Amino acid sequence: MDPGDTPGAPARDHGVPARDHGAPGRERWLDAAAGPIVRPYAVTRGRTRPSGEPLDIVTILVATGRRPAEPGRLARPQRRMLALCRRPYALADLASDLDLPFGVIRVLAGDLLDSGLLDVQRWSAPAAVPSPGADAAAPPPATVPPHLDQNLLRRVLDELRAL
Amino acid sequence: MSSARSNSPEAPEAPADERLDGPRVALKILVAGGFGVGKTTLVGAVSEIRPLRTEEALTDVGSAVDDLDGVAAKTTTTVAMDFGRITLRDGVAVYLFGTPGQERFWFMWNELSRGALGAVVLADTRRLMASFASIDYFERKGTPFVVAVNCFEDADRYEPPEIRTALDIDPHVPVLLCDARRTGSAKEVLVSLVEHALRLAGGSGRRG
Ligand SMILES: Nc1nc2c(ncn2[C@@H]2O[C@H](COP(=O)(O)OP(=O)(O)OP(=O)(O)O)[C@@H](O)[C@H]2O)c(=O)[nH]1
Ligand SMILES: [Mg+2]
Repeated sequence: MDPGDTPGAPARDHGVPARDHGAPGRERWLDAAAGPIVRPYAVTRGRTRPSGEPLDIVTILVATGRRPAEPGRLARPQRRMLALCRRPYALADLASDLDLPFGVIRVLAGDLLDSGLLDVQRWSAPAAVPSPGADAAAPPPATVPPHLDQNLLRRVLDELRAL
Repeated sequence: MSSARSNSPEAPEAPADERLDGPRVALKILVAGGFGVGKTTLVGAVSEIRPLRTEEALTDVGSAVDDLDGVAAKTTTTVAMDFGRITLRDGVAVYLFGTPGQERFWFMWNELSRGALGAVVLADTRRLMASFASIDYFERKGTPFVVAVNCFEDADRYEPPEIRTALDIDPHVPVLLCDARRTGSAKEVLVSLVEHALRLAGGSGRRG
């Protein structure tokens, strides 16, 4: 799970005192993460913002299955992202699994969205089971974002309790 | 026993095979609080913790260097987060983000709190002040939050009402004691947060 130590990364920023933490490996990683910081942006060719609306850290992406016009022009991490996104994959999971900063993953994902290779998986609350005599002309349910979807929150609650 | 045969007019959208795996919907929970208050411990108690870092261009630095032949030399700051995922049934995934509490990390909080289910503010009775900033922040953003007071052995014990008063927390905001090292206790904190978010989602006054 631990991607390994980043050699020579200066421990700074966090100012975490040498407290006796239960998980030395983790803490070491956290400190090391403050290390070399410029290089990843070479990958994004210097842009720090995707075009279009910024993608949320838990946006779920799915490959469209379309073939890239010029595969050679994709950055290596983008090819990996496309491979992983054959199944739905959240941005945060991509960043963690590919060991790249979230900001970098977000820019790369933005490009793949723009070129139609990835799609955002939209959440729409499952429609309530229509009652037998339901009028087909009934107004469509308003779309509710997941964090405000009471049915979804209730499911989460039940399952958390049962864990 | 009613027939389970589905002759309902519209079967749920048949997903492509590969879509059966992976999350279908993601919810965010923030875990905030001062240094050493138990953020990492809490995230680790309820999920498998994984490395995740982010970095932000320091755009307010006077002379942002522009593209140099496509290779950027920008000043960035890197932050490591505690990152965990709880995978529930039917593709529902709850993502946990433990974030440093200092103001200079608030650029991340802005990112994380948008559309978040809610936040857990961890507090340590020996340093209650350290949780003021987090509480203010989530109050301002309208993010549902609960205050979980970590019970460290060498700390005096206070009851939630005293802590509520000391921190000047709204009566409707849950305040509970916890031991972030214990899965059951950490889970209770999350349950209390989801209950709270559900109450707010049911009532009015929650932002979109
Ligand atoms: N007694 C007790 N100790 C705890 C509890 N939660 C955390 N600890 C201990 O407190 C120390 C700090 O916990 P962390 O989880 O690393 O705290 P943190 O908020 O992630 O710290 P930083 O990332 O450095 O800001 C560790 O040694 C934990 O074992 C608790 O509920 N009770
Ligand atoms: Mg920590």
